[in-house]
Amino acid sequence: MGDISMKRKIIVNRAVYHILVFGLGILMVYPLLWMFFSSLKPTNTIFTTAQQLIPSQWTLENYRNGWRGFGKYGFDIFFRNSLFISLTATLGTVLSSAIVAYGFARMQFFGRRVLFGAMLASLMLPAQVLMIPQYLWYQTLGWVGSYLPLIVPYYFAIQGFFVFLMVNFIGGLPRELDEAAKIDGCSIYGIFTHIILPLMVPVLITGMIFSFIWRWDDFLSALLYVKSSDKYPVSLALKLFSDPGSSSDYGAMFAMSSLSILPVMLIFIFLQKYLVEGISTSGLKG
Amino acid sequence: MEHLTTAGRPVKKKKSLKQVLNQENVAGLICTLPFSLGFFLFLIVPMLISAYYSMCDFDILSPPKWIGFANYVKIFTNDPKFVKSIGVTFYFAFVSVPLRLIFALAVAMVLKRSTKLTPFYRAAYYLPSIIGGSVAVAILWKRMFAINGTVNMLLKSIGINSSFAWLGNTGTAIWTLIILAVWQFGSSMLIFLASLKQIPAGLYEAAHVDGASRTAQFFKITLPLLTPTIFFNLVMQMINGFLAFTQCYIITQGKPLNSTLFYVVYMYQQSFEFYNTGYASAMAWVMLVLIGLFTAFLFLTKKLWVYDGGY
Repeated sequence: MGDISMKRKIIVNRAVYHILVFGLGILMVYPLLWMFFSSLKPTNTIFTTAQQLIPSQWTLENYRNGWRGFGKYGFDIFFRNSLFISLTATLGTVLSSAIVAYGFARMQFFGRRVLFGAMLASLMLPAQVLMIPQYLWYQTLGWVGSYLPLIVPYYFAIQGFFVFLMVNFIGGLPRELDEAAKIDGCSIYGIFTHIILPLMVPVLITGMIFSFIWRWDDFLSALLYVKSSDKYPVSLALKLFSDPGSSSDYGAMFAMSSLSILPVMLIFIFLQKYLVEGISTSGLKG
Repeated sequence: MEHLTTAGRPVKKKKSLKQVLNQENVAGLICTLPFSLGFFLFLIVPMLISAYYSMCDFDILSPPKWIGFANYVKIFTNDPKFVKSIGVTFYFAFVSVPLRLIFALAVAMVLKRSTKLTPFYRAAYYLPSIIGGSVAVAILWKRMFAINGTVNMLLKSIGINSSFAWLGNTGTAIWTLIILAVWQFGSSMLIFLASLKQIPAGLYEAAHVDGASRTAQFFKITLPLLTPTIFFNLVMQMINGFLAFTQCYIITQGKPLNSTLFYVVYMYQQSFEFYNTGYASAMAWVMLVLIGLFTAFLFLTKKLWVYDGGY
């Protein structure tokens, strides 16, 4: 008898656990689900049926309307711009961070401590505090209005997060590999390109994913530096699209919002392993 | 003479360029050169330029006029909006960051138990922090808390007839932003989960044998061993909290009555809407110093509450 009631207690416990955790999980993703399903409702019914998640009348009209964008430019252009900026900046971040991380992780040299300290400091210095200073500098350089401020700095490993992540990763690779290659006549740079870089593939993927997501979501620098609407990335276009006056078509707004997070969602669904790894091993917020 | 010396002792063989480049001392500098250049060009130079402009009356369009420390004097003595924005920003950071960390830790403790559904749960809790910073979510949030928005509609459907202006009320507007920030606790949760896994099970077994309750185990083992993780996340997230921009800029624009006027939003307005760029440069420096002081203060308290021994 005691055994059965014990078993029952465990089952009840488990059920309660799952109901609570599942319920909270639904609550967490509910706003996103709501936005997605709203984008499939006829636009004039979105807020009159806001309490109802699943549309009673399905439509793709909002996607057609939203895709046209505003003015002369459709979201096809904005998506292309975002892809271009995010991919080129990401390439720069990952390549430059990898070589810099190699220098920090494998070499003793004059000034290493100071530079490493500077890297850690840059890790703690978010873009917002540099917003005005950098704007003034790019203004001096004549970069305002072009994509240069959104791309060039990333080729200089300025984001400490990625360097830090990769220093840790290289630190975990056995030094014997370097030694063996050295004996075989490999130069320090050869060791990087032939030994270290190929082994870094997992951390490079993690880096690419984070960099891509951050660049894709970046709103501040687009707001500051992109001036003409044919050059808008999705984030900025979406903000202007949603401004009162320019559109009160909530259906189209939610449709384009849903589309704008689609690339990140796909990464999340298919490459979650790398995201989790990046966050857990660096101990840093992603 | 020359002949003598060359003949007298072996001349140190001059290294070829290739060999010089292959010395660790040189190669290290070369490998880290992108960072050295980037740090100088995109951090140091802009900061120095803005230090100069912070001493000027400058509106981007016309040439700067040197006014010494007047901008700084005005910030600290004659700008009620500055005081207001500091207050709002600190309130936001000091409420949202601890709440987020507490949530993250609580959920991590719950998800530590591994079931078949755990990967699914983890994904659901993590998702908001991956996309929470996007413009799309900011737009959504703005509509959710609008007068005829989702929240009021949901309330109506359960019988509460609410036409409350969540974003139009000084008491609640800041809370919509705090909720948005806390909602993104997922990545902190993952960090806690990773640290929890590193705590040796033997510690809990020993405590269990000694008759320690679950609560006691949490406060005597888990929490102390997590303090390094908590500390690190606290520092980073506080800094980010002080500098929050996008969500506030899109959702509330500092309204109503400046009750959500985040520091960076105010700085942005000063520079790009009121064209007081010199003044905004001074504000950037003030923020940098404040953050530096705050971080230093946190590090000073570190030895009081952060465990730094082994397991």
